[in-house]
Amino acid sequence: MSAVDDPWLDPAQAQARLARTWGSLPGWWGALATVDHKRIGRRYLVTAFTFFALGGMLALGMRMQLAQAGSTLVGPDLYRQLFTVHSTTMMFLFAVPVMQGIAIYTVPLMAGTRTLAFPRLSAFSYWVYLLGGAMLWLAFLVDAGPDTGWFSYTPLAESQFSPGKRVDIWAQMVTFTEVSALAVAVSLVTTIVKQRAPGMTLARMPLHLWATLITSLMVVFAMPAVMLATALLIMDRLVGTQFFAPSGGGDSLLWQHMFWFFGHPEVYIIFLPALGMVSTVVETFTRRRIFGYPVMVLALAMTALFAFGLWVHHMYATGLPRLGNTFFMGASMIIAIPSGVQIFCWLATLWQGRPRFATPLMYMLGFIVVFVLGGLTGVMLASVPLDLQLHDSFFVVAHFHYVLIGGAVFPLIGALYYWWPKLTGRMPGERAGQWSFWLLFIGFNVTFFPQHLLGLAGMPRRVYTYAQGLGWDGLNLLSTAGSIVIGMSVLVTAWNLLRSLRRGEHAPPNPWDAGTLEWATASPPPTWNFAHQPVATDAHPLWRERESLPCMSGLALDKRELLLTSGVEARPDVRETSPGPSIWPLATALAVAALFVGSIYTPWAVVIGALPVTVTLIGWFWPKSLREDE
Amino acid sequence: MKRPMRFVGDVAQLPAYGHGHRSLTWWGTMGFVAIESMAFVLTIGIYLYLAGHTPEWPPHGNQPALTFGTTFLALIVLSIAPNVWLNRRARAENLSTVRLGLVVMSLVGLALLAIRVFEFPALGVSYKESAYGSVTVTLLGLHTTHLATDVMDTLVVTALMFTRHGRARRFVDVSDNAIYWNFVVVAWVPIYLVIYFGPRWL
Repeated sequence: MSAVDDPWLDPAQAQARLARTWGSLPGWWGALATVDHKRIGRRYLVTAFTFFALGGMLALGMRMQLAQAGSTLVGPDLYRQLFTVHSTTMMFLFAVPVMQGIAIYTVPLMAGTRTLAFPRLSAFSYWVYLLGGAMLWLAFLVDAGPDTGWFSYTPLAESQFSPGKRVDIWAQMVTFTEVSALAVAVSLVTTIVKQRAPGMTLARMPLHLWATLITSLMVVFAMPAVMLATALLIMDRLVGTQFFAPSGGGDSLLWQHMFWFFGHPEVYIIFLPALGMVSTVVETFTRRRIFGYPVMVLALAMTALFAFGLWVHHMYATGLPRLGNTFFMGASMIIAIPSGVQIFCWLATLWQGRPRFATPLMYMLGFIVVFVLGGLTGVMLASVPLDLQLHDSFFVVAHFHYVLIGGAVFPLIGALYYWWPKLTGRMPGERAGQWSFWLLFIGFNVTFFPQHLLGLAGMPRRVYTYAQGLGWDGLNLLSTAGSIVIGMSVLVTAWNLLRSLRRGEHAPPNPWDAGTLEWATASPPPTWNFAHQPVATDAHPLWRERESLPCMSGLALDKRELLLTSGVEARPDVRETSPGPSIWPLATALAVAALFVGSIYTPWAVVIGALPVTVTLIGWFWPKSLREDE
Repeated sequence: MKRPMRFVGDVAQLPAYGHGHRSLTWWGTMGFVAIESMAFVLTIGIYLYLAGHTPEWPPHGNQPALTFGTTFLALIVLSIAPNVWLNRRARAENLSTVRLGLVVMSLVGLALLAIRVFEFPALGVSYKESAYGSVTVTLLGLHTTHLATDVMDTLVVTALMFTRHGRARRFVDVSDNAIYWNFVVVAWVPIYLVIYFGPRWL
């Protein structure tokens, strides 16, 4: 019997062999050792949405406290933990990982390959992310939650002003999530560059893949800055280095430069994947190719490039030289151009197509409205004189929720509804979907629009309460009411999706009549993704090839094998073996976690902890059989 | 409805692995090289930033002694020759010369680590003393971490190539390890200049 896929092989027999080769190990051991990108992707999504719910509850706690003047529901110390853990959770434990989770699940399917380039590395990333998130939340539950804000400025974060371990826990949580995000980024870049289906040239690559590729490159160049900064902060606090301590020749503003050199690109790291999702959904639900594809790709690349040149706009109020500020003001305004270009391209696509206003598209339309408003306040805040007035006020809070929820959460939930049939094999309910959208759209605007006005009326951010008679009461109450509506929308979506798992209609392979390759296989896909290696003759192979789908034979059936293609033209080049299930990624993640957590308390943890990390890495690398060498 | 498939080609005749940019691990290595280069560039940036904000650099006038750092530089630059040779032998999949090359590179790595032990005290400053001390020791420490990691890698790959696994795809691992070594070498040149000549020229 042939060990490779060939056209004359009995499909049932071929499938049985693929199932044997690509299956996970049984039981809980199999669950811990799995390297299936779809399982890991689903785990990412479940974990990230759990953190989203937890972070959302903290936000509700803050809104309850601020609903009326002089409230005593929450004290100042707890309030500081609330806003710090809320924002840290949303930025580090939800927004970045959830986008990577979607990519881990969809990228190999959309590219037409059997798994990610480094499946074990992705398993490792997930465990590291989970452990880092658990550490932050366990600390919060025992009243040791970080309390210096999500950017944890020095000198406040230095041990002199923040004794105890709260800041160190925050800093080390950053290390966990960034190690995880960097490893995923490398895996995604490699997958997109080397594993696209034959024929999927760069000019035919779906925009979701472009967005993921560009975002992952941004991760590679932005995240080292924050990892380095938090490492130096811990060293200042633990062993007495002087990086941020002016008394020892250090500089407090250095922290802000380091943090925002990461922190500004971070916003785009969250936002660019969402742009890919918007393009994907808009194309499918207008049944039309995106208007201005090359311009869209260029706009993504320009946004990524500019994102590295505007970090100082977070620091206008720190007294940096005026001339420098002017440069960053110009750069901050310029970045609105590629974003605007994309908005017009989507509008043109909608205009020329025949839109079906189903739930996923509704969320994308909500994105366009909310994000444009957030973009406009962004251009306002880019201007130095206005920023100096509004700095640290609720106007800023309103602005970044418009860009982050508008720019990322709306598209994300739309994408969740869109890919849900692929993920689970079940259709989500359409009526409940529409309800969830309108609740979110209304709730969001009722919550955050008043915050612009509060900021203009002088209400500072990060205050745990305010006095009566400042004119802030009514708007705060309105904002709190809105936040409850947002909560209801999230509950409707959760109910809708969970209910569909039992009662939803069974999803066919391509329920939305989409054009990209993830819809060419069953819903949910088998562990090996595709029975044969698909071939892309178009950016939307399923639209062009209505009669039959082109594919290639010849990949092994009895070992995990991938087809590697050339980077630009996607010409078949090499067959490469892909690693199977292994417990070593989990073991390594545990060793790394022990090192990270230990080094909050003693520098020796780095020295002693290096040994188990080395041992587990060797265990991971060392081949277990001669077949792995082939 | 699932669409029928039509076969337009066959990939069974393609090789089972490729060297350099044809392999996945090469891309993975390059990804981590990019990440770590960024960390080096940023740390050098911090050094220059702090130097620019300090009236006298180094603050107490104590300059790092050149002997060990320069010896290290000479040896690590010379190590490129056997390393490039090893990479070529790995691509030619010649086991006996690859083994020889790996043993040589392991010894070179260990010798460099030994020199590095003397480099820290030769800096003449403690990390606690001042921001200058902190950033100088950190910069050297960061490079040492890379050096130690790659020496460990080299030792493991050397051991591997002396077992029955010394074949096929494992030559790609040797080649990728050699590429990473080049990165450790190239990174040292600017770091050496910053650590040893920053205090002299700035």
